[in-house]
Amino acid sequence: MPASREDVKFLSNPKIGLRNKKYCRFRKFGIKYIDYKDSDFLLQFINEQGKLLPRRITGNSLKYQRRVSTAVKRARHLAILPYVADLMK
Amino acid sequence: MRHYEVTFIVDPVLSGDEVKATAEHIQKDLKHFGASILHVDEVGLRQLAYPINKRSTGFYYCVEFGTLEADWLAKFELNMKRNERLLRFLTVKLDKYGVKYNDDKRNGRIGSRAKKAVAEAAPAAETAVSAPGVVDLDA
Repeated sequence: MPASREDVKFLSNPKIGLRNKKYCRFRKFGIKYIDYKDSDFLLQFINEQGKLLPRRITGNSLKYQRRVSTAVKRARHLAILPYVADLMK
Repeated sequence: MRHYEVTFIVDPVLSGDEVKATAEHIQKDLKHFGASILHVDEVGLRQLAYPINKRSTGFYYCVEFGTLEADWLAKFELNMKRNERLLRFLTVKLDKYGVKYNDDKRNGRIGSRAKKAVAEAAPAAETAVSAPGVVDLDA
């Protein structure tokens, strides 16, 4: 007896194996300037130890990853973000 | 005209008057060198992410200024370095996107709350808000 539609739904997820298309949020939303004084925004790009997240995780394009990197380094110089931390988020 | 932004941290152990005096001294220095001060942002007392000179807080100030010639910036930074009341400072050159971002931030056009406020406000009121912003940059 062929499985009904409802049975198949519970046996395997047809969406399995698909992944969300990663995109650069700056390119997509047209954000051109990254403010180094905005610590809440920059928290998205550092991990719990305060280290910068790699581009393959954040999905940034190279141009904007470099800008994020300089913004985080400026924030670190001004003690807006720490150089080393634990349990940052 | 070139736009710059200097953020500096004043020692928190000083009294309120001395902190204000230090900030005003920096602005006077800027004017003396011939810069036009566009905006002064007094962020106030803030917790530092790591101790600097054994202090854990500091008074943050952010001054945005414009100038035609920028060869005096080296001297200005040297003065700030010699100033014992400043813990840290950072001078940044703002490109046109940075200038626009600062302008939008001041006029409240950035952020989700700002978007709702802009949507509710009448279009006439919005143009009135944006016009002074444009005038500032022309100065």
